[in-house]
Amino acid sequence: MARTITQEFTKGLWAEIPPFRLVLGLCPTLAITNTVENAYGMGIAVTFVLTFSNIMISALRQIIPPKVRIVAFIVAIATFVCVVELVMQAYTYGLFMKLGIYIPLIVVNCIPMGRAEAFASRYGVLRSTLDGLGLGIGYTLSLTTLAFFREAIATGAITLYERPIAVFGPAFEPFKFLVEAPGAFICLGLMLGLMNILGRK
Amino acid sequence: MFSDLFVLLFSCILINNILLIQYLGNCPFLGTSKKMETAVGMAMAVVFVLVLAGIITWMVEWYVLVPFDLRYLRTIAFILVIAALVQFVEMFLKKSIPALYTGLGIYLPLITTNCAVLGVCLINIGKEYNFYQMLVSSFAYPVGFGLALVLFAGVRERILLARTPKPFQDTAIGLVTAGMLSLTFFAFKGWM
Repeated sequence: MARTITQEFTKGLWAEIPPFRLVLGLCPTLAITNTVENAYGMGIAVTFVLTFSNIMISALRQIIPPKVRIVAFIVAIATFVCVVELVMQAYTYGLFMKLGIYIPLIVVNCIPMGRAEAFASRYGVLRSTLDGLGLGIGYTLSLTTLAFFREAIATGAITLYERPIAVFGPAFEPFKFLVEAPGAFICLGLMLGLMNILGRK
Repeated sequence: MFSDLFVLLFSCILINNILLIQYLGNCPFLGTSKKMETAVGMAMAVVFVLVLAGIITWMVEWYVLVPFDLRYLRTIAFILVIAALVQFVEMFLKKSIPALYTGLGIYLPLITTNCAVLGVCLINIGKEYNFYQMLVSSFAYPVGFGLALVLFAGVRERILLARTPKPFQDTAIGLVTAGMLSLTFFAFKGWM
């Protein structure tokens, strides 16, 4: 079934939204959704890498020999990860320190790799750009949603640019469990189940 | 010094368990834990590759990247070293130790994109470990990975027999179970 150009973009927002529909890229999903700020920072970094690696790979898809394509994809992705790393280090140092090793680990995040293999190496530049952008924004949205629940329930407030915004009233008893590792797994599991219920026809 | 390394060994296996506390390597964790057999194979392959990758990336960092002032290329250098290493190990095992190859073979290509491998190499550098500490951590982290993977595979085989609600089948219930398992590892940390 051929998709129109707009559908390439919008499929990443609902029909194939990572990490719920495409269960890929779980490690950062679990690790950095403890605050909303971290989540969208990570989301933007992934969107950038995904879009540009998709553009580069689809532009070079005729030249890359199929036998060494995996290595070629890794180099393309690693290049843009390096760019993101250096830019973040220069302009958003605080966020860079908080995300720590999860920024270089975008290289082995399955989403850019999976899209390179399944999409960018088969379709033209325009479609690949939209695909990367759509999936990246979808990923940012789902990370932010997950982080919203975790941060709100764990601390009772959302902190944006060092200003806490209260979500629940003062009587709310913070439930710290959710920002820690076990809470991350359980929260993601429950969200996944919820998405399955919503998506069921 | 010996006691320090011993403490490091235990903290890497249990307290800072790579999978359940540091959240690295979750894709193969959910992918290969459906059967005990594949879980054991994956765990062994990760230990094997990570010890080699740890040594090599540590040497690349301190003998190549630092002297030539190329530390900003670390991500690219490490991932290429790991990809090449995995390919090389695969060819070497196929030729000289076919028995081990048939055991680990199909898991080896997956390891390149296992973020636990690159993650541990980066942790070794980030914490500025010396050679012995690096050796202990590159061995202990994958052992912790294997321990969690095998425990989880055992639980998951039982879940297959249970009746879970339809939307929660497979990955969703797997993640909730992983959360429970993570809670037990969390206890080592002495939370509060």
